[in-house]
Amino acid sequence: MHKILRRIVRAGIVTEPARAPDPALRTLSQRLEELVLERLGRALAVRHVDAGSCNGCELEIHALGNPYYNLEGLGMKFVASPRHADLLLVTGPVSRNMKQALLRTYAAMPEPKLVVAVGDCGCTGGIFGESQASLGRVSNVLPVDVAVPGCPPQPAAILQAILTAVTNDRRSSPASP
Amino acid sequence: MSVLVERHTVDAADWIPLHISVRQDGGRLGALWASERPAAIHALSVVHERLLHLELRLTDLSYPDLSSVFPAAARMQRAIRDLHGFRSGHDERPWLIHGDEPYAFVQVEGDGVHEIPVGPVHAGIIEPGHFRFSVVGERVLRLEQRLGYVHKGIERRFESMTLTEGARLAGRVSGDSTVAFAWAYAMALESTVGATPPRRGLWLRALLLERERVANHLGDLGYLGNDGGLAFGLAQFSRLKEDLLRLNGRLFGHRLLMDRVVPGGTSVDMDPAGTNAVLEEAEHLEEEVLALRAIYYDHPGLQDRCINCGRLDARLAAELGVVGLAARASGIAIDARVFPGLAPYDELEPALCAHRNGDVASRIVVRFEEVFESLRLQRRILASLPSGDRRIELPEPAEGASGIGWIEGWRGEVFVALEAGAGGTVRRCHPHDPSWLNWPALEHAVLGNIVPDFPLINKSFNLSYSGADL
Repeated sequence: MHKILRRIVRAGIVTEPARAPDPALRTLSQRLEELVLERLGRALAVRHVDAGSCNGCELEIHALGNPYYNLEGLGMKFVASPRHADLLLVTGPVSRNMKQALLRTYAAMPEPKLVVAVGDCGCTGGIFGESQASLGRVSNVLPVDVAVPGCPPQPAAILQAILTAVTNDRRSSPASP
Repeated sequence: MSVLVERHTVDAADWIPLHISVRQDGGRLGALWASERPAAIHALSVVHERLLHLELRLTDLSYPDLSSVFPAAARMQRAIRDLHGFRSGHDERPWLIHGDEPYAFVQVEGDGVHEIPVGPVHAGIIEPGHFRFSVVGERVLRLEQRLGYVHKGIERRFESMTLTEGARLAGRVSGDSTVAFAWAYAMALESTVGATPPRRGLWLRALLLERERVANHLGDLGYLGNDGGLAFGLAQFSRLKEDLLRLNGRLFGHRLLMDRVVPGGTSVDMDPAGTNAVLEEAEHLEEEVLALRAIYYDHPGLQDRCINCGRLDARLAAELGVVGLAARASGIAIDARVFPGLAPYDELEPALCAHRNGDVASRIVVRFEEVFESLRLQRRILASLPSGDRRIELPEPAEGASGIGWIEGWRGEVFVALEAGAGGTVRRCHPHDPSWLNWPALEHAVLGNIVPDFPLINKSFNLSYSGADL
């Protein structure tokens, strides 16, 4: 036990502040009212769905949980059930085989709900594009509030996109409770 | 640098007997794919450190079933039927192109047997796939996987691209193995024109490949600790992995190293400052990982979860044709860096890291050992990095020229089979992820274990969905 504690103390706290939200990442204007945003604050429950990604974006979403980005320290967490989720984080072009699962995950989420499309594939279909097997960008299947480009986008950019989704555009910082 | 490949065109009558003799000769199936111009089935086997490429020209839509010789062929044959319409084998269920029909899972019946369906959307941040467990109480009687959910038409996409554009797509077949795929693609393309990249380019590629291996192993070691109830391990290893990815970003301009290996060489170089940074990192990582390994090995709770959990014995692993770190953890001595040791590994003398118990604990041990060996290799590369160019321009391959790439990625061996079209285009490209061969082994490794141990067993293999769904 003392070895574990010593490692923890030696590593210290490495968490860095998150980037400020960026309204330029928006694809839809803020759908949530001020009151809802205030209530929600940053206490977000996020459900991730890989709709056809190469798994590069998943690696960077995983990184959000590491001590540098410390997603949970900001009050957010990834949840197992869409019924608990406020925000759907979607990666990949939407494969034809995942369309139904993605729509059903979205349908299972309670209102109000937000969607963030992650990566070049989520934003435009990316290198995989549209084909018999791929339906392309996420907004071809679901309404997307915020889209963050990159192949893959860096963790700080994904975090910024999530924060942007719960920000009133007229304010510079996300609503806080 | 071209891989030593022996290629023959064979008749349907010889297809099975030839593969039986491949198997009797100690060979194993590496990859199976089809082409349409001409209509043919291609089997790539590894026989005594060499590749044997057998091509079966088709006269009608069906061909002999290879799964009786190599069980791993079954899913590849189902994929070929979905993608090209060439039929073989008795399993008529779709694999990559799902359609709207309900999927007929194998039913297990008996007193107290029930089913647990999981996925395609899983509880965590994971790629999608469906697992159907048949259980009694908590014990798993049978696991059946249904994959193909992230099938996005990669092979057809290649056929609309130039050979240069194809390199970028190859690096996105499975994002966690981008260096391995990009290198295998580059190797295939280089062998279509008989070119070899400059030595400096090859050594830099090995540096990038080893950095990809360390990054993935660190990530896996963290999650394996976490799934075994030691969240401390995840916090520590994910911090170390982030440090490494940040250094990648600083030195090479991309955290995951996408598009850094390019046909002809590499798109990045190393300077003395970068060399110092990597050497300092290696020293720091070695100290940290040694300390964490001592904690993992001394932790009774973690060891209790991992030892004898999810066992895959050597005989079964060989029967199924398992590759990569999963094979080495089951006592099978295969690693393309060592056998045959293609350049530059012939000069780097990598040590093969293996264990014999084939359980989750063994797959953890192999990862630890490979992290240390990879750090040693990085030092070795930087200590004597050849001078000169890192990249050459490749001439345009003749129409119909073909090549094979063979690279030991962190998960196992990656193949790319490439055929050039007219005017510098891709006529046919089949990228082959090691997960094709290892997914079926997971169905066996989980038998007799309890359902709550599945996430740990699954993570210990950490297979790619995207890589095998294409």
